Parts: sequence; structure tokens; C-alpha cells
Amino acid sequence: MLNSKIGLKLTFSVVLTVLFAIGIFAYFNIQSERKSLLFEVERHANQLSEAVKSDTEYDMMRNDRDRIHESIRRIGQQEAIDRVRVFNKSGEIIYSSDSVEIGTMVDKKAESCFRCHSAGEALEHLEMPERTRVFRTSAEAPRLLGIINPIYNAPDCWNAACHAHPSSQTVLGVLDVTIPLTELDRTVRRSQAAVVALAIGVILILSLIIGFMVRWLIDRPVQELLTATRHVAGGDLGYRVDAERNDELGMLARSFNNMSDKLAEARLQLFQSDKLASLGRLAAGVAHEINNPLTAVLTNSSYLLKRSEGQDDTRDDLKVIVSETIRCREIVKSLLDFARQTVPKKRQADINAIIGRAAAVIENQLSLGRVELVMDLDDTLPKVTVDANQIQQVFINLMVNALDAIGEGSGTLKVTSRAVSVRPTGTLQIKRAQCPKRHDLVDRKVQIDGKPAIGMRFRKQEQTGLIYLDPMYGSREHRLDDMPDLGVGVELLCPECSRSLIAEGEVCPDCGGPIYAFEVPLKGMVQGCLRDGCGWHRWEQVDSSWNDEFVEVRVEDDGCGIPKAQIPKLFEPFATTKGQKGTGLGLAVTWGIVDNHNGTITVESEVGVGTTFIIRIPVES
Amino acid sequence: MNAERDILVIDDELTVTQAVVKVCSAEGMTVVAAGNATDALRYLEGSRFRLVLCDIMMGGLDGFQFLEELDRRGIEVPVVMMTGYSTVENAVRSLTSTGAVDYIPKPFTADELLAVVRRSLRCALLLEQAESASLERHGSMSYVPCPADYYRLGYVSWVLMEDEGTARIGVSDLFLKAAEGIIELELSLPGEDLLQGISCAVATSQDGSKHEIICPMDGKILEVNERTQSKPSLVEKDPYFRGWLYRILPPNPENNLQWLSL
Repeated sequence: MLNSKIGLKLTFSVVLTVLFAIGIFAYFNIQSERKSLLFEVERHANQLSEAVKSDTEYDMMRNDRDRIHESIRRIGQQEAIDRVRVFNKSGEIIYSSDSVEIGTMVDKKAESCFRCHSAGEALEHLEMPERTRVFRTSAEAPRLLGIINPIYNAPDCWNAACHAHPSSQTVLGVLDVTIPLTELDRTVRRSQAAVVALAIGVILILSLIIGFMVRWLIDRPVQELLTATRHVAGGDLGYRVDAERNDELGMLARSFNNMSDKLAEARLQLFQSDKLASLGRLAAGVAHEINNPLTAVLTNSSYLLKRSEGQDDTRDDLKVIVSETIRCREIVKSLLDFARQTVPKKRQADINAIIGRAAAVIENQLSLGRVELVMDLDDTLPKVTVDANQIQQVFINLMVNALDAIGEGSGTLKVTSRAVSVRPTGTLQIKRAQCPKRHDLVDRKVQIDGKPAIGMRFRKQEQTGLIYLDPMYGSREHRLDDMPDLGVGVELLCPECSRSLIAEGEVCPDCGGPIYAFEVPLKGMVQGCLRDGCGWHRWEQVDSSWNDEFVEVRVEDDGCGIPKAQIPKLFEPFATTKGQKGTGLGLAVTWGIVDNHNGTITVESEVGVGTTFIIRIPVES
Repeated sequence: MNAERDILVIDDELTVTQAVVKVCSAEGMTVVAAGNATDALRYLEGSRFRLVLCDIMMGGLDGFQFLEELDRRGIEVPVVMMTGYSTVENAVRSLTSTGAVDYIPKPFTADELLAVVRRSLRCALLLEQAESASLERHGSMSYVPCPADYYRLGYVSWVLMEDEGTARIGVSDLFLKAAEGIIELELSLPGEDLLQGISCAVATSQDGSKHEIICPMDGKILEVNERTQSKPSLVEKDPYFRGWLYRILPPNPENNLQWLSL
């Protein structure tokens, strides 16, 4: 459907252009052909006319009219000649290949006379083009070319025995030769037919090529995008378009995928927010309703417990009832706290200071030195606009969770803060890469995943060789072929001019390793970390279009870990993994707070290895 | 109907009133239960009670309307508010409304209930004694040795605004006397946030009952008075000066002060 429309419009416009071009070309071409052909015919007619004149001159001098008649009749019989005639100055036809008109008068206004007689007084000399004329005798008759040849007076004419002409006359008469243009017209028509055939051929071929190209370059990817749009509109936000192409539609596909990701994220956040808001309202109602029956249970059971001195079995049972009812009370209380969550009162704050205060709160829970608290805080962090109390609550929650995950054994709780700029998702192929002296680094002979890789020469101590980087930016799969450990002390050079490709004085913001840099012409610098397994890289142009700066805090423990299946439900209310120890609201509250700050919270965990919670709070400009 | 009873409990939940009656009767108190505020007012017109326990959220007159009605009819009786919807606002109103003396969030254990009831009864008694004493002395100084620029949350706690924008928090002498001999004090940690109307410390008295000390002002704890922590009797000896509990940084004291009385 779409193909036919774009294809049709494209074909139509190209056909119009081609028609216009061919039309102009054909017009001038045929014009010039016609001109040169006519010129040839004229020349030929003139020669013929001269030949007739000189052939009959002798007979004229001798005034042998019969011979002249005979000569002209025979000449006129030739196929390439329509008519030959001679008329005198008064217009009387004296000789003609068509004997019928002999003796008749030619109208001086007629075609053959007009040239000289139109000016009033007759002209005596005419140039060649002026002596010729093209005309038709009737609408259906073939075109004819006539040429007039004036017969001038000469001494022999008035000295001749017949004294036919007085010496005062300049022009005695006119020899008029007429030649049919049938052949010329046929040639021109043939040329015109050829042009039309050419135009039709060109248009057909062009339409086919355009149709095919449109189908291949536009229709298929657009259909894919349409399908994807329908999927996404239908709620399948995980649907991905193949974004391997490098043209505009490939960019559109990547941008589409990116949009789907963001939508999925936004939907999750919205869903979660909505759920939490309803839960808050529900909590308030439930708290009130449930507290009355709980009062009866708790008061009666605790009363019985007081009165059951000496009845150990009953006491134990009652203790369970009392303690479990108190647990219920705490759950309802936390539900109410949760429902009370208000809009954060945001102020500029230093996230490290908040972490410090949170750590001070849990310090006495660090269980007599069993758990080691390691803080790795970046003291150059930008300030963030947050509700310090709420954010502190988040850190306390996460640290307490970490301590619970470590459990009875010993372990390490690590808190890290740093600034991050989030890179766009999706990939982009680097097709050109230049060293500072503008040598191309892209090596077409070596490919990674079928795409020409970026080649560089390395030198470390005595070792030297070539390394190849994945040209797909964003895939983070830089392959370093046959490499020793890269890192500090390695030299990276352009294979052609041996210029260094190491960015001097800069280090990887992720791991502090050395970074390389090269230029993508017109698209800025690409930088990346050399250290194996780091994968940090940055492309100015791509990254600057997102400007998403965050402060990131990681709370890391080496405790029991969370099974994969539980991770998606982790932030839902009542999704506790702690059994009787928790209410299942801590992480939901945490999530709500971070969400209120437009931040994100994610979790990485492996059973038996540990859990890392990563919180990102946006740095507002 | 002229005999003085100890307690009138008002709640539209029969199980709650039954439980209160059972617990308090077992301690030798005389208890009358009412299912709504209107019935309760009728009982109060007929006989004297030493203490009223009243639910806040009830059909008909709610707890606070009941307090207004008492005030309108000139019935003087100390009221302890109970609620299952323990918001900060409910707590503060329960401590500051005319006639209300204390507050207990539902659900509660028998011991928690008895601690509040005994404390409130003693408090009422102390107030009564002080009143008659001051009458005898013809308008001599108030029984409460609380300094004039201290703000108080009911008879429970006090707050003193300091020049630096910080505030000092402590327990009032009446509360301490009503609780009868503090032997242990559980305090919060520096850095924690306190909320007006929410418990900020737990005091254990000689009879083993625990008393929640309701905080008079929002704020972050800057400093905990370690001397009171190590020696709880200091609070009783000098409740308004050396026996303070916390120094806090209040984010919006004006908002909190409207609930407090000088």
C-alpha cells in the first residue's frame, strides 16, 4: 500500500523529468537534423537548377525551342524532380516539364515570384536561402521544395540573330525547379518515432528500477516498522525492529527501539506509581478496620498471658499469639507509614553526606565487627536536589537489607558513589575512523561480525601487534585479537604513520585505565577504555544528544543473593524474602521514594555471590 | 448512681469495650462500657468517673465531638483517646484538645492499656491535688514548675526553642510523676528523624510498665543527652534543665508550635 504510493509518486516525478529532458533533447536534435537535411536538398536543387540552366543555355542561344522543351520535359520526368519550368519576366510560362501549363501566366504574388516582386520594384539578385521555398500544393500532397534561378541578360542574348531580348533588360526570366521532400520528411518521422520509442523504453526501465528500489529500501523496512508499531500499540513493548541498516530508516528503527525501551520503562514506573498510590489509600482503610479486631485479640491474649502464671504450655501458646499480633500491628503501622508518604521536600544536598548519616544509623547493627562496611565515595560529586530524609531512608533500608542478606556469617557491605552519564541504548556502526594525521583506521580485510573492524597497532615493552575494535558503537563488544593484558604502559599507534592514539592525560571514568581516541570525520571523537573487560566507550556526538547525568550509589553485599525469579517482583509490596523478619514494604517504600525523585533503582544479584542495588538520582541542571 | 466509678470506656466495637472491661476489672477497677458517645454522655450526667477511654472514629459523635460536648456541658473528666487510625494529627489533637489527657493507639496489650490508664488516673489525681493545694494557698504559683518560655505538648513533653534555630526536648514533671519512678529510658539515636505526635522514647517505670513519650516537635536528632541515658533518675530530678532528652534541628517549628501551649 505504502510502497505503491511512494513508488508511484517517485516514478511519476522521475518520468516527468525524463519526459521533459528527452522532449527537449529530441526537439533540438530533430530540428537540427531537419535543418541539415533541408540544406542538403537545397544544395542539390541548386546544383540541379544550375545544371538545367547550363544544359539549356546553348539551345537558348540558338533559340532552339523544341530542344529546350524536350530537355526540360526529360529532366522533369526524373523521379527526384517534381517540375522544371522557365517563365519570363512578365510571368508567362515558356517551358515546363508539365506541358499543360505552357503559355499560362504565373501570378506575381505567387510563391516563386514573391521574393523579388514583393518589394514593389523587382529585385535582381537573391541569396540562396531566399531563392528557395517549401510549400504544399494541397493539404494532402507531399511537401515540395522550389528553387528559382534567375536567367540574367548577357551580350550574347541581345547580339543573337533572333534579337529576342533588348539589352536594357537585366533579368530575362526565371528557371524554377521543384523537388518533392517526401524522403526528407520520412527520415524526420523515423527519427521522431525513435525518440518516442527511446522515451518509452527509458520510462519503463526507470519505473522498474524505482519500484524495486522503493520496495527494497523503503517498503520492507517501513512494513517492519509498521508491524512493530502495531505490536507496541497493542502493548507488546518488548518488540524489537531489526536495526542493522545504516540508512535513515535504520536510524528510525533504532530510535523506535529506543522509544519502546523508554515506554516500557515509563509504563513500569507508571504502573508501579499507580499501584502504590492505590495501595496507600487501601492501607489507610485497612489499618482502621483491622486494628479493632486486633485490639480484641491483643488485649485478651496479653491479659490471659498475665493471668497464666505457672501454666507453661498455655503461656507458650499465648506468647506466640501476643507476639504474632504485635507483628500484625507493626505491619499495619508500616502500611500507614507507607500511606503517609508525601511529596518529597527537595533541597540541594550532598549525597555522600546522606550516605554518611545513613551509615551512622546502622553502625550499631554492624554486629560487633562481623560485617565490614566499606565506603568508596566520590567527593567530587555534583549536588542533587532531593529530600534528604527520604533518601537517607532509602540508604538505611538498603543497608539493613544487605546486613540481613549477610545474615549470621561475616561479610562485607560496600557503598559506592559516583557520577555517571547514561549512554543511549542501541548501536551505531563506525564506518570511518581517522588518526590525527587523517589515515583511515578502518581495515576492510579484517571484520568483526561481518563489519570492517578498526585496526590499531599496539606496543608494550617488546611486544607489538595489531588489535581490532568492534565497529559497532554501543555494543560494548570490542574484540581485542590475540592480546596480552592491555592497560597502563601500552602504546597504541596508527598502523600507517605510528601516531599515538592514546588520549594523553585522560583516564577511563569507569576503571581509571588508559583510553584511546580517534576521530570519525564530521561526527566527533570516539573514546574508549583499553582495559580488557571494562568496555567503557563514548562518542561525543551520540552521547551529547542525551545529556543524562546521574549520581549513582551502589549498595553491595556478599550475602545470600536473590533468586532470579524473585527479582522482577522485588519492589512490589509484600514481596519479602526475609520470611518473618520483614513486612515486605521496605523495598516498595524505597522504590516509591526513588521514583518520586525521578530516579531509578535496579538490582543485580546472584545466589550465593551477593546483591547490588544501584540507585541513580538525576542531577538537574 | 452517685457512686464514683473508675473508668468509662466508649467504643462502637463491642470486642474492644469487652476487652478493656475485662483487663481493668481484673485490676480491681470499676468499669462501665458505652457503645456510643451519646450513651456515654448520659452515663456521665448520672455519675462521676475518674477517667474516660474514648475511641476517635465512631458512628454518631466522634471522639473529638464528644470532647467538645463535654466542654459545652461543663463535665470535667480526664479523657484518654484511643484510635486504630493512629495518624500524627490524631495523636497531637488527642494530647492538646480540652479535656483530653493522653492517647493510646490501637491495638494495645493489657500492660500497655494499664500503663496508660494508671498514668492518666495518677495524673488526674495529681492535678486535682495541686488544684486544691493552690486554692488553699489562695492563688499561689502553679503546681507545675515548668519555666514560662517552654512549650508543652499536653502534660507529656516540652520543647524549648534555642537561639541557633535548634530546639531542646524533654519530659514534663507531671508525666514523670504520673508514671511513678523511671528506672530505664530507651532513647533514639542521633541522626534519626522525630515526628511530632509519634513516640520518641520509651520510659520503664518501677512497676515494669512502659510509657511512650510522645515527641512535641518534628526534627532531626543532633544530640542525645547521654547523662539521662546512663542515669534515668536525672530526668525526674531536674526534668526541665539537666534532664533534657534530645537537641533537635526542627525543619518547620512554626507549624508544630501551633499545637503546643506555653
